Amino acid sequence: MALLGKDLRTEFRTMRSLPAMVLFAVTTFIIFRYGLDRTTLSGSLAGGVLWTTLLFAAILGINRIFVSELEEGGFDAIRLAPVDRTVLFTSKVAALFIYLAVLQLIVVPVFAVFFLSDWSSLVPLVAVLVGANLGFSVLGTLISSMAVNSRARDLLVPLLLLPLVVPLMIATTAASAGLFDAAGPDYEGFGTWLLVVGLYDGVFLLVGYAVFDFLLED
Amino acid sequence: MDQQPDAARNKAAGSGAGAAIRLRGLNREYGDRPALRDVDLTVARGETMVLLGPNGSGKSTMLRILATLLRPTSGGVEVLGCALPDQSWKLRGRIGYLGHEPLLYRDLTGRENLELQARLHGIPRKEAAARIEHDLELLEMNRRADDRVTGFSAGMRQRIAICRAVIHRPELLLLDEPDSNLDPEGRELSRALIGPAEGRTRVLVSHEPERARAEADLVITLDRTGRVDPVKTDAGQSEAGAGR
Repeated sequence: MALLGKDLRTEFRTMRSLPAMVLFAVTTFIIFRYGLDRTTLSGSLAGGVLWTTLLFAAILGINRIFVSELEEGGFDAIRLAPVDRTVLFTSKVAALFIYLAVLQLIVVPVFAVFFLSDWSSLVPLVAVLVGANLGFSVLGTLISSMAVNSRARDLLVPLLLLPLVVPLMIATTAASAGLFDAAGPDYEGFGTWLLVVGLYDGVFLLVGYAVFDFLLED
Repeated sequence: MDQQPDAARNKAAGSGAGAAIRLRGLNREYGDRPALRDVDLTVARGETMVLLGPNGSGKSTMLRILATLLRPTSGGVEVLGCALPDQSWKLRGRIGYLGHEPLLYRDLTGRENLELQARLHGIPRKEAAARIEHDLELLEMNRRADDRVTGFSAGMRQRIAICRAVIHRPELLLLDEPDSNLDPEGRELSRALIGPAEGRTRVLVSHEPERARAEADLVITLDRTGRVDPVKTDAGQSEAGAGR
């Protein structure tokens, strides 16, 4: 909790990540709106636009999640303290999850204003957003911890993250495609895809817990 | 090397009982480049060892190995009875490390940094608050403690970094040029927290041989190849050498 509090306090004071993520997502929605020349989207196209935008906005935050630890010696401070190193993993996952939740709280309504004629799909969409957030946060924390020591960090994170996140993107887009149906939310297959998202989250949580200690070694 | 050891004390240190640090054939390489070569030494508990040597001789590397922040390439390392790197987890919380970097978050205040450290070390809130207040007052930083570190001068950062290094009252202090950036007053004030004290073992990297020797029980000089220089090493009542 102490480390999570530190991350949130620092972000609140410096606004290093969140404003850029929000601005990126809103700008991308504007580009889609005029690029596709459509005032409403439905089905998998709506899901694709939403999740692609959220994924790339998330990468901006993922890139920066360990920068203060690297530049200000946080890694050494953790390694010197009598705490399990997975505490750092957990706190970073939680911080990223909160950043993404705040991002979605702002930009999903913008998406709805730009592209949806029926807003009733937003309530069940929350479950998909939570599942996807957890997946992005866990995988993003793992990848970011691997890439943070590299000078090519900004390049490495998307290169490593994007292939691994494909199953999550397929599941979240499929789960939300029915919700964005032109005739109103259709729940066929929704539960199954949500389960796939949950399984993905569970697998990477276990992987992260198992390997994070080794990633912090010199 | 000319040694005239106190037999009983050296026997205890050499056997490991009562030894705070024991290095046997320590080597550390960065890729193909050796940083430390065949370092043997023993430091008894409560002693102060000063590490001297030119830039790049491996002083900071040795300190980071002792602090469990770096793995040795080969050789035996025992700190406070724990064999490294296998038992490094047992040492956490028993070492106070002050390196070249202050290990402070720039966007937190001085006090917030210390509170974070105290929580990581599991110090109860009330006790942590009392210790923080005490240490800040000793180093005359209490009036600026609630400012963000990013606005501090290098000397002020060093004072907070010293408070950070000792907030958990460690048994072993590893200090890499602790006086750097400190003015004469700061140096004097900092001695209350990191100077010699009963039962406190210290390893001190310094570029000021005369000042360092004044409070050293053991002076080790590393040469440019990362070996202990026997001519310039004063083992006092402990033992040190290369490749013995």
